[in-house]
Amino acid sequence: MRIKSERDFWSGLVFVAVGVVFAIGATHYRMGPECAVQEPCAAGLHARWLQLSAQPGAGYFPFGLAILLAVVGAIVLFKSLTFESEGGDAIGAFAWRPLVAIVAAVAGFGALLEPFGLAATIPLLVVVASLAGDVPGWRAVLAQALVLTLGAWAFLIWGLKLPVPFASWFAG
Amino acid sequence: MDLLHNLGIGLGVAFTTQNLAYAFCGALLGTLIGVLPGIGAVAAIALLLPATYALDTTPALILLAGVYYGAQYGGSTTAILVDVPGEPSALVTCLDGNQMARQGRAGVALSVAALGSFFAGCVGTIAIALVAPPLTELAFQFGPEEYFSLMVLGLVGAAVLTSGSLLKAIAMVLLGLLLAQVNAGMAAGTSPSGLVSVQSVRGISFVVLGIGVFVFAGLGHVCPGIGAHRGSGHRHHGPAQCADRACREPGGTRR
Repeated sequence: MRIKSERDFWSGLVFVAVGVVFAIGATHYRMGPECAVQEPCAAGLHARWLQLSAQPGAGYFPFGLAILLAVVGAIVLFKSLTFESEGGDAIGAFAWRPLVAIVAAVAGFGALLEPFGLAATIPLLVVVASLAGDVPGWRAVLAQALVLTLGAWAFLIWGLKLPVPFASWFAG
Repeated sequence: MDLLHNLGIGLGVAFTTQNLAYAFCGALLGTLIGVLPGIGAVAAIALLLPATYALDTTPALILLAGVYYGAQYGGSTTAILVDVPGEPSALVTCLDGNQMARQGRAGVALSVAALGSFFAGCVGTIAIALVAPPLTELAFQFGPEEYFSLMVLGLVGAAVLTSGSLLKAIAMVLLGLLLAQVNAGMAAGTSPSGLVSVQSVRGISFVVLGIGVFVFAGLGHVCPGIGAHRGSGHRHHGPAQCADRACREPGGTRR
């Protein structure tokens, strides 16, 4: 089988995956009211669904939505494999390097801010983010790290007095 | 006139040295941020929102209003000069403003954009002041039925008005609704057992999602000259043209 629209194929796949994951997650919650009396729950499937819709539990709405999303995603997926599209809708190459570097920089900043403080995390952020593209040299990176750290201190700590840790690493 | 009287009170509040300074700072920051491609007015306000926590309500509102107007205007600068819209609304400016710049009339285009921005901001403010009182009357009569209708309208609109495939737009609406389901379950009072952090109890904030979708997802398509040109078989594109092409492509970068 040939993929006729690359974009539709991958987006359909993502929709189906997200729908299935959410549907599985939703089954951890109650679908309907607690079965205090055993009798209504033992009734037929049709009556059960009617009862669910009348008194939905926490898992009812997310489950329905997730199934809908998976179905729509499956239709997108099906279309991507059957209908011809112009030029195959190629996704093209990903710019992995900036994507990974910047996401890693920001995620690392978020994870390390509490234990280490701004004084350590901002230089780290700048250095890791600089791996994303062609920077003129390490001097520029260091200068930017210095300026941004001082700027963040002046703006956030000195100016606005936000409760952000600045040098918790050095202060112990 | 009641309207003029109230506007007078507003101007009286605004015309203090301190508040004018806040307005200036906000507009300056907003313009600077608006110039950056990919970060629009909403993202600019989201980024600068923590900065207002230390301020009183009035200066904070003035600062953020300045940021908003500045960011809306700032997008036009790069649109005119380098044909890269700083944000979606500057896309039309890209079309004719850059043509003027190519003919050596960049200064004229920039001042027209600034004057147009100023004029539209003033007219918009007066229009809001005129329409707001009857609108609040209407808002009081809003019941569950109206909210439901409004939500249906919003969801249908979100699906229909998107450029590109209708099916995928519906899927994206469903995805958005699903992401909104992630919270502690206020009505049901259930706790999210499988979720780990405090953040997940409060749900996924719109700002986090917006920055993730619009800024981080765009990173994969940025063309900093290290490969990853969208589409193949074309001649080499410089960074500016490439970014421009990505944003002109309907539904190209945001899907």
